[in-house]
Amino acid sequence: MLLARVVGTVVATQKHPKFEGAKLLLVQPLTLDDRPRGTALLAVDALGAGVHEKVLVVMEGRAAGEALGRKLAPVDAAVVGIVDTVDIAE
Amino acid sequence: MQLARVIGDVVVTQKDENLAGLTLLVLQPIAADGTASGRTLVAVDAAGAGVGETVFFVRGREASFPFYPKEVPADAGVVGIVDHWDLADEERL
Repeated sequence: MLLARVVGTVVATQKHPKFEGAKLLLVQPLTLDDRPRGTALLAVDALGAGVHEKVLVVMEGRAAGEALGRKLAPVDAAVVGIVDTVDIAE
Repeated sequence: MQLARVIGDVVVTQKDENLAGLTLLVLQPIAADGTASGRTLVAVDAAGAGVGETVFFVRGREASFPFYPKEVPADAGVVGIVDHWDLADEERL
């Protein structure tokens, strides 16, 4: 899983039926000191995360499908948590 | 999943029988600001996308799920056509 910031939302009318009703968020992966790391990616959201929130994103298909509550969904990333704090030991 | 622009398609006559009838698209992944980001790749199409469109695609074994129970040998698949995306104000990120 990775830490990411929700930076936007994506609207798609024509899509695979397993995405019907699913919310698509654009999330920017973060380093531990909250700097952007790599390219923003799309994750399905079943939690109701909002823009600017820091979230926990799972990057594996089966887990993402389960988070969405759908089997055999062609997804590879899902928001599975909204992060309160991250504490790093010195 | 990632955003991408469809920049081409691939015609393959001799191929795995489970790829028969499928459309293969050449994708250029794009960043949140719409600029090209990373290497181009070939993906199977499960959304009816065409050249010039902005799409989102899935990587990994899940690319074959839209064709289940056929076991399509693909590691990337287009699963949606993007109407638009909205970015939060940059200064607040």
